[in-house]
Order: sequence, then C-alpha cells, then structure tokens
Amino acid sequence: MGKIAIEDLAKIQEAARYKIALRQGAGRVRINVHMGTCGIAAGARGILTAVMKEIEARNLHDVIITNSGCAGLCSQEPMMTIEVLGEPAPVKYVLLTPEKITKIIDMHVLKGQVVKECALALGSERTR
Amino acid sequence: MEDLSLHILDIAENSIAAGAHNISIVVNEDAAHDLLTIEITDDGKGMSAEVLRSAADPFYTTRTTREIGFGLALLKDAAEMASGGMEIQSTPNLGTKVRATFQLSHIDRKPLGDMVETITALLCSSVEVHVLYVHARDGNKVVFDTREIRDELGSISLNSVKAISVIRGYLNQEEDTLAH
Ligand SMILES: Nc1ncnc2c1ncn2[C@@H]1O[C@H](COP(=O)(O)OP(=O)(O)O)[C@@H](O)[C@H]1O
Ligand SMILES: [Mg+2]
Repeated sequence: MGKIAIEDLAKIQEAARYKIALRQGAGRVRINVHMGTCGIAAGARGILTAVMKEIEARNLHDVIITNSGCAGLCSQEPMMTIEVLGEPAPVKYVLLTPEKITKIIDMHVLKGQVVKECALALGSERTR
Repeated sequence: MEDLSLHILDIAENSIAAGAHNISIVVNEDAAHDLLTIEITDDGKGMSAEVLRSAADPFYTTRTTREIGFGLALLKDAAEMASGGMEIQSTPNLGTKVRATFQLSHIDRKPLGDMVETITALLCSSVEVHVLYVHARDGNKVVFDTREIRDELGSISLNSVKAISVIRGYLNQEEDTLAH
C-alpha cells in the first residue's frame, strides 16, 4: 500500500480523538443511513456521502454518521434516521435527495426543527 | 443497481450483517484475458448448505422466508449478462467468499463505478470492520488496508467524518494511478 502521508495520519488521529470523546458522550446527533439492497439501488450511498460532506463542511464534531441494513420500507428509500440527544424520538427521513440533505442538516441538526415534509413518522425506530 | 461498485457495497453489507470482522474486496481488471473478476471474502458466520443453495437461486429466494433476499441474485444476473458467472463458497462459522466474473469488454457489462465511495461507505458501517481493498488493472495495483492505518494509529476508530475525508482523498489519488 502506498504511504498515507504523515500529516494525513495526524489529521485522522486528531479526528479520532473527537470521535472517542463523542463515543464517551454518545454524541449529540446520530445519523444512520439505511444501506440495504433497495436503499443502495435507490441511491443510499450517494446520500451517505452527501451527509458526510455537509457535516464536514459545517465543521460539526458532535455528529456520528453510520450506515446499517435494510429498514424494510423499500418504496421509501433512500432513508435515514436522525436521533438528537434530548429529543423525544428518532426521526426517519424518506425518499432522500442531496438537496433534502442540505435542508435537513440545516433545520434539524443545527436548529432542532424537524423537516416534517421529508419525515416518515416519529418514534418508529431506534438505532441504539 | 447502476454499477458494479454498488453491487460490491451490497454484497459487503451481507458480510457485515453476517458479523464479519474482516472483509476483503479484490477487483481485477485483466484486459489481456478480457476478464473482470470481483471477489468479496469475509470471516462472518457463513452459510449452512441449505442457505447456500437458496442464496444462489433467485426463484427459490423470492418464494421463501424474508431470511432470503435478492442482492446475490442481482449480482449473479449482472455477471451472467456479461458472459460471466457468480459462485459462492461458504463454511459455517468460518466465512464466505463471493466471486463474480465478467467479460471485460462485453457490451452489457456494467461499469465498475466509484469504488472509493463504496470503501468509504463501508468504513462508516455501524459496526467497525477491517477492510482490505485491492484493485488491479493490467499490472498496476491499488492496495488499501485499514489494518495498516490502524497499526500506525493505535486502536482508534477510523469512522469519523474527518478521517474518512482524508481516506477518500488518498484513495482517489491512488485510483488515479490506475487510469488508462
Ligand atoms: N456473506 C454472507 N455470510 C453469511 N450469509 C450470507 C452472506 N451473504 C448472504 N448470506 C445469506 O444469504 C441470504 C441472501 O442474501 P442476499 O441475496 O444479499 O439477500 P438479503 O441480504 O436481502 O437477505 C442472506 O439473507 C443470508 O442469509
Ligand atoms: Mg444482501
């Protein structure tokens, strides 16, 4: 394997330190993108990348991004679940597009306002 | 699925669902033999002979339990459309290897697509897995092993937006060295 530059490793290390702090505090926000066969076919991988890029661009360190298997609602894919510490229930967002991602991160993750027109139902799933 | 990198992600998600700690993904584009080979190997729970039989068969698949789905059938179909095929070797408690072959120049062969996006997506799966990725093309080769990075960094997690962004940049550079 070609060498990852020392400074790159240092960046990863620094990032990981945040991550450990997050794990201990469990993170303020958890975003889980569903990555079953239907989700992948409907564009879930691009949604995951869009989420990562938006979080990075906003320099947010208290968000954990994961992906996990099928949520069993194939016609609603791509989907993601957002859990915010202190909110009563996780919110499942459906039929996602990169534009919706920008809006959901601005409204829900930053301002705590659920984007109702993109949401499925409150409280239908927990990811932890 | 639009391209093969999406199939690969889907098959690797099976490995994660099977509790794998290690996943290896080997893509080999061999123009001299007009052959594209994809191998995904894991150390997950493996399949019983019965699951193995049904997993490879889309018809049996759709008519039985939810246990059986269609990701493997889709890959098999994509391979067969390009004069290739798919085989699965699996041993309970040891792991599974899925191997798909394609005629490289076949008009119906799906493009490989973005392998970097597939690898970075795997790095943020909800359980941490070690990923070994090898992409060979006509004698040139990209090798990426999360174990090597972890060895350098100690026992810390690679799943953070910053870390994945660094890895994405690195992998894109490496993939560029394979360009025709
Ligand atoms: N890597 C693997 N390890 C163990 N079992 C597997 C693996 N891949 C597939 N299987 C089994 O084969 C079944 C069919 O897989 P697949 O066609 O991808 O559909 P799905 O993942 O939707 O069930 C799975 O449900 C699982 O029981
Ligand atoms: Mg599957």
